[in-house]
Amino acid sequence: MSEETAPFIASRPTPAVVPAQIEGASYGDRIYRWATLGFALVIPSLLLLIGVEVFRAGWPAFKAFGFSFFTSSAWDPVNGSFGAAPAVFGTIVSSILALIIATPLAVGVAIFLSEFAPNWIRQPVAFFVDLLAAIPSVVYGLWGVLVLVPFIRANVMPFVKDTLHLGDFPLFTGAAYGPSMFAAGCILAIMVLPYISAVTREVLRAVPRSQREAALALGATRWEMIWDAVLPYARSGIVGGVILGLGRAIGETMAVTMVIGNRHELSASLFQPGYTMASLIANEFAEATGDLHVSALMAVGAGLFLVTVIVNAIARWLVWRTARVGGGT
Amino acid sequence: MRRISVAILASTGLALAACSSASDKKADSSKSAAGTTASSGADLTGAGATFPYPLYSRWVSEYAAATGTKINYQQIGSGGGIKQLQEQTVDFGASDAPMSDSEMVKAKGGPVFHIPSVVGVVAIAYNLPGVTQPLKLTGPIVADIFLGKITKWNDSRITALNPGVTLPNSDILVVHRSEGSGTTYVFSDYLTAISPAWKSGPGKGKELQWPVGLGERGNDGVAGRIKQTPGALGYVEMAFVKQNRLSSALMQNAAGQFVAPSDEAATAAADAAIAKLPPKTDYRISIVNAQGAGAYPISSLTYLLVYQHMSDAAKAKKLSDFIKWALTTGQKDASALDYAPLPSSMIPKLTARADSVATGSGR
Repeated sequence: MSEETAPFIASRPTPAVVPAQIEGASYGDRIYRWATLGFALVIPSLLLLIGVEVFRAGWPAFKAFGFSFFTSSAWDPVNGSFGAAPAVFGTIVSSILALIIATPLAVGVAIFLSEFAPNWIRQPVAFFVDLLAAIPSVVYGLWGVLVLVPFIRANVMPFVKDTLHLGDFPLFTGAAYGPSMFAAGCILAIMVLPYISAVTREVLRAVPRSQREAALALGATRWEMIWDAVLPYARSGIVGGVILGLGRAIGETMAVTMVIGNRHELSASLFQPGYTMASLIANEFAEATGDLHVSALMAVGAGLFLVTVIVNAIARWLVWRTARVGGGT
Repeated sequence: MRRISVAILASTGLALAACSSASDKKADSSKSAAGTTASSGADLTGAGATFPYPLYSRWVSEYAAATGTKINYQQIGSGGGIKQLQEQTVDFGASDAPMSDSEMVKAKGGPVFHIPSVVGVVAIAYNLPGVTQPLKLTGPIVADIFLGKITKWNDSRITALNPGVTLPNSDILVVHRSEGSGTTYVFSDYLTAISPAWKSGPGKGKELQWPVGLGERGNDGVAGRIKQTPGALGYVEMAFVKQNRLSSALMQNAAGQFVAPSDEAATAAADAAIAKLPPKTDYRISIVNAQGAGAYPISSLTYLLVYQHMSDAAKAKKLSDFIKWALTTGQKDASALDYAPLPSSMIPKLTARADSVATGSGR
């Protein structure tokens, strides 16, 4: 450490003029440096500890079922056989569904607010969109149970099945329960929308004025200017916002549990009940009996941890790639 | 509100599980810490089943008013109650399902008494707009509905039992519990007793691998989903049928009668089942599909779990007095809250057992 600080002090303009002061300052610097280093290390080590602990607790389940834990869809506490495939599948499908619904909406809202909206409408609309993020997820869940799910059951499902005659299409088969993967996707879409929208708005605002003026000067319409000059410039930032939303969607528990139907089954149909990893843990942990059951839930937790890490890695790579290809600067 | 408390309790459970997985020494120190915080201000602490909670909480307040003994009962679920009793973090546990032999062995305080406190009734609730008279169902039909073998309301087996009732040609939307629960245990205990296909399939437990249907959290969740969804069918505790004004099916009992869920019918079932027990029974029995006339087939005993020998003599005395009060004076509260009182024939034997807790002599 002293080897590192010595040249630093030496490189300062007045190294040896007031030694006492320098010594005191370097002492303070050192404390400050070590303190901040400590703080910085606390977070990663906390993450590491959580990961290790969850994997350790889930180890008996991994040992008992091997890799089939993530490919089997048997979740049978009576006979002690556990497979988390439906929950992993449900987590990924509901999150992707949410992004498919939310991304165009959120980006659209952001484009309108940053490019088209007059000032008097921009402020309040932005405020309300941001407010969506402040609503507790259990409130979303209640709204889902009382409003969204009955609406889907009474209107959306009969419309798709009977009016459009798509009841035999694999995405829409099965009894119309109401709670379903589709309902979970819808509610997640509303929950992640403010995150994507807020980030996109900031990114669009950061696009230099010259970029817009240059496009307009070349004779572009307002729409062409946004589509060809502003959006490509902002692309990596928008992808970042989408990923932020994805992270929220993957981990969301309460609202999803209340509308997804909590069923251990792999089904291609969006109208069938499903499960997510987070809601599985939330539902079963308090009443899990038997060591293997608890361990299986911990293993699901470890799986959720893994999925999050993988998704974040892919996201980082996407942002990096779009930044490079899109030519941010 | 309840959901929020469940979430909080779930996190408490996490903390407890973490404690119990630590080494023995650590578990001991954390246990005593948890014990002192939990019992501050209360003379006795208990935890467990959610189903009898409304009754237990009334007992607790009435008992405090009558005797000055303060009891803190936390509804954390039957499984949690058993865990906490095993770890001796509470003075008594409560569970809808009796402890298994392997769970009894893990109890750190020695032999455990199962003391039935009240009879629970599980109703088959459904939502069929336009159908006004109560539907008649049998055990095998209910089993086949939950096995996914009967999928339509106008299935010939249902219409044959209910002549004159116009049943829709729509899907039966099966609703079950999403988390482990004593209600599920009782319901699956009944289906296991009555259907060989169920016995060799999903089986009996607090949580099952369900062949069909969707999961909802808690009795209120299942009842709410049924109330909201035309064509839905599920099982809930009787109190929730009344609170939500749901329709409930008349179930065929072992004597062939169709019986509506009621406290009298459940007490009759308990009476019939208890009559056959040997005097030294530990009461870890099932009363589903009981033989007696007028007995409702899906009912169960819910238990207070207490250590036979408690280390603290004063606490043992207080607990024993409370149990005796609950078995006598307390039974009067049961019907008003939609629980079935214990058959009067059981009371003397159970109070004698409660006495043996006080003296620590056991049985």
